[in-house]
Amino acid sequence: MKQVVHRPASLTDKVFHFCPGCHHGIVHRLVAEALDHFGVRERTIGVASVGCSVFLYDYFAVDVIEAPHGRAPAVATGTKRVLDDRIVFTYQGDGDLAAIGTAEIIHAANRGENITVIFVNNSIYGMTGGQMAPTTLLGQRSTTSPYGRDRLRDGYPIKMAEMLAALEGPSLVARVAVDRPANVRKARRVIRRAFEMQVEGKGFSFVEVLSACPTNWGLSPREANKRVADEMIPYFPLGVMKEKDVVDVL
Amino acid sequence: MPKVEIDGERCKGCGLCVDACPEDVLALGEQINLSGYHYAVVVNSEGCSGCAQCAEVCPDLAITVWR
Repeated sequence: MKQVVHRPASLTDKVFHFCPGCHHGIVHRLVAEALDHFGVRERTIGVASVGCSVFLYDYFAVDVIEAPHGRAPAVATGTKRVLDDRIVFTYQGDGDLAAIGTAEIIHAANRGENITVIFVNNSIYGMTGGQMAPTTLLGQRSTTSPYGRDRLRDGYPIKMAEMLAALEGPSLVARVAVDRPANVRKARRVIRRAFEMQVEGKGFSFVEVLSACPTNWGLSPREANKRVADEMIPYFPLGVMKEKDVVDVL
Repeated sequence: MPKVEIDGERCKGCGLCVDACPEDVLALGEQINLSGYHYAVVVNSEGCSGCAQCAEVCPDLAITVWR
C-alpha cells in the first residue's frame, strides 16, 4: 500500500488562515504541485497581491514579493526582466487584478511578459468584507449592492480571461474551477501547462480560477461550492481561451 | 486495503470531502478540534476505494490517502 496523496514540498507546514470551504487552499496546492513537478522551487519568486492571498509568503516555500495593490504584474515584469532565470508568478484575486490592477494586467499580458498569472475569481471582495467587485454576478448581493448587482447602475461582471485572450501578447489564457474533483484535475493540468509555458520561455500565461467565498456570499461551505457550478460557471465558461505554442519572434 | 486519514486539527469542517466521496466514507463528526470546528471523520472505512477524490477537494490538505 502506498501513500497517494502528499503535501507538496513547495508548501510550508503552516495551517491556512482561509475560512472553511475557501478554494484558495486548493489553488495554493495546485500551484505548489506545479512548482514541484518542474523542480523549480529553489528558483521561484512569487508575487503576492492585496486580498486574502496576501500571506503567500507564509504558505509557499519560495521567495515572495509583496506588491502594492493591483501592481503584481508590474512587479513580476521587473523581477523577471532582471532575473530571467527565475520562475516568476503572481497570485491575485478579482478585487486586485480586475479592479485596481486592470491596467497592469492588460499591459503585462499585451507585452507577453514571460510570467505566470494565477487569478482567483470569487466574484466578491473577500478580505475587506464582501463588497461588490467588478466580477460580482448580476443580482448578487454584497455589502455595497444590498439589493443585488444591477446592470444599469453597476455594469456587467467583467470577463478577464476573454478580454486577455483577445490580445496578441498572451501565450496561454484559460479559466478553470476547483469545485469538484474532475474540475480540480483539469485545473491541475492547466496550471501545470501555464508554468510549463514559462519554463520553456514561451511567454505570458494566465489562469483564472473560479473560487467560492462562503463567508462573504453568506452561504455554508457546501452551498457555496455548489453555487460555483450553478451560477458562476454558466456566466464564466471554463476552458482554454487561447493557447499559442511559439512566441512570435518578429 | 485502501485507507483514508484525516488530520482533525487541520480540518475546518467545510464538508467538501463529504460531498466529494462517492462511497459515503466520510462525515462531519460530533467532536470539535482546538479551532472549534466539527472536523470530518471516517465513518465507513470498509467502503474506501482509495480514489482520493476527498483529498482533491480538501482546501486545507488535511487528508492523506493510501492504496
